[in-house]
Amino acid sequence: MPSRSQPFDVLVVGGGPAGIAAAVSAASRGVTVGLLDDNLTVGGQIWRGEEKNATRPESRDWFEKLRSSNVQLIAQARVFQQPMPGMLLADTPAEVVELQYANLVLATGARERFLPFPGWTLPNVMGAGGLQALVKSGLPIAGKSVVVAGTGPLLLAVARYLRNQGAEIRLIAEQASRRNLIRFAANLLHQPGKLAQALELGRYLRAVRFAPNSWPMAAQGKDELESVTLSVDGSPETIACDYLACGFHLVPNTELASLLGCELKHGYVSVDETQATSIGSVFCAGEPTGIGGVELALIEGQIAGLAASKQRLPARLLRDRDKLKRFVVLLDETFQLRTELRSLGQPENIVCRCEDVPLAQVRRYTSWRAAKLHTRCGMGPCQGRICGPATEFLFKWRPDSVRPPIFPTGLEALATTPGQYQIVTGGEQ
Amino acid sequence: MSMPDRLTITIDGVPLSVAPGTTVAAAVMIAGKFCRNSVTGERRGPLCGMGICFECRMSINGLPHSRTCQVLCENGMEVRTDA
Ligand SMILES: Cc1cc2nc3c(=O)[nH]c(=O)nc-3n(C[C@H](O)[C@H](O)[C@H](O)COP(=O)(O)OP(=O)(O)OC[C@H]3O[C@@H](n4cnc5c(N)ncnc54)[C@H](O)[C@@H]3O)c2cc1C
Ligand code: FES
Repeated sequence: MPSRSQPFDVLVVGGGPAGIAAAVSAASRGVTVGLLDDNLTVGGQIWRGEEKNATRPESRDWFEKLRSSNVQLIAQARVFQQPMPGMLLADTPAEVVELQYANLVLATGARERFLPFPGWTLPNVMGAGGLQALVKSGLPIAGKSVVVAGTGPLLLAVARYLRNQGAEIRLIAEQASRRNLIRFAANLLHQPGKLAQALELGRYLRAVRFAPNSWPMAAQGKDELESVTLSVDGSPETIACDYLACGFHLVPNTELASLLGCELKHGYVSVDETQATSIGSVFCAGEPTGIGGVELALIEGQIAGLAASKQRLPARLLRDRDKLKRFVVLLDETFQLRTELRSLGQPENIVCRCEDVPLAQVRRYTSWRAAKLHTRCGMGPCQGRICGPATEFLFKWRPDSVRPPIFPTGLEALATTPGQYQIVTGGEQ
Repeated sequence: MSMPDRLTITIDGVPLSVAPGTTVAAAVMIAGKFCRNSVTGERRGPLCGMGICFECRMSINGLPHSRTCQVLCENGMEVRTDA
């Protein structure tokens, strides 16, 4: 049996901006720090693929800091269970690894929310961030026509990225009302660092067709997408396209926090001044504490990393965080889903894509748990990560308690006891 | 270290040449193929692109149910859709 060695002083789960900032900040104290992510490389959502060729000064800076730190990177490792406090199990392509820690920073980010509508399961109907991720990983998009739809600032970021890659953006359909968007834009001007972004966005928006009060009603196609019918500011319109990039804002990844027993409030992980959760040795930063974008993720990450390694917290960071935190509320209010979206899905439309459960079947139940038990909705490999947030909006169901493993694992990891996996430690490298 | 300009994989036995850095999910979309048939026989392709939805799962070198949006193409890789 392998012996157990030195644990990490600080282990960070999630290698997006929040996790990178946390790991770099903790390492500045000289303690042993591990940074773990399930993707091929670090960067998270916004900095996906930027590790080797950064396109933004900010990401270049942070990757540089990460490289010159002594943070131990563990890529392609997905945490799925906590066999005992102070230890996590992660699935990697080769094996299950056992990670010991004294302090933990959760920086698990967010995913897109998807809602069912006729045709949403057709190939080439994808998430907005989903299509962007595929293009960043080799899918050529030049010359292809794309409709971007749903809600949230991500739609604009994705449309701009795709257009720069040569895609033809036929329409950006944003379900939020014109009024909400104007209020949002006015408020952006008071946010630190957002003015330049707002101006740049304004210039860009003159080059594409953007419609508020608009949403997809149906996607058509035989075996794959051919066209989309949308409600565009009150009138139906059908647009031919190669891809529909569609997401309804973001859902925080709180499963790991829940599994560890951290307290949640209104769907977000509760944290104190120092980003500590209700479990003292577990900190949380970035999207799981509130969907607030990359600037906030970076600041929360720094605070969490400093606090987890028992360093002093600069007042400037705390002040900036509190200011940016207001942006979370503004985002939630602006991009709140309108009730019309509840009736997009027809009874025969699938809501659970893993088990192909139609809305008509799920609708008969009064809770997520009952629907799961009787229809297998949410029981497939995604474990309800797609249909859970959808039914939460459609039927106002509360999510169920989280049980391990929080991701399915290919290996018989669960049958074995701790101490039988390869141990990754923060000791001498 | 020099990177090859192109890699060749096979998808359901048919060779496809892709640029290094291409994920298997992107390669299957380039080939114009679907990833899997759902339990009621619908054709499915990638949705989330970030390893969450499992819609892109296929077999890679005989290993079934791989989330192909999280796997880079390697020379000689054998990919099977709907597996
Ligand atoms: C698909 C998508 C695309 C986006 N694109 C943009 C964009 O182009 N521009 C923009 O301004 N904002 C974008 N956003 C918003 C983005 O969430 C934030 O701006 C920013 O990336 C948040 O940083 P973060 O560190 O909190 O989270 P993330 O960047 O999401 O990083 C979290 C990381 O943790 C990993 N992780 C989660 N759970 C586990 C686990 N159990 N084990 C191991 N690793 C785990 C995730 O895979 C991810 O890499 C996008 C969001 C999504 C969901
Ligand atoms: S596309 Fe969702 S897991 Fe790969």
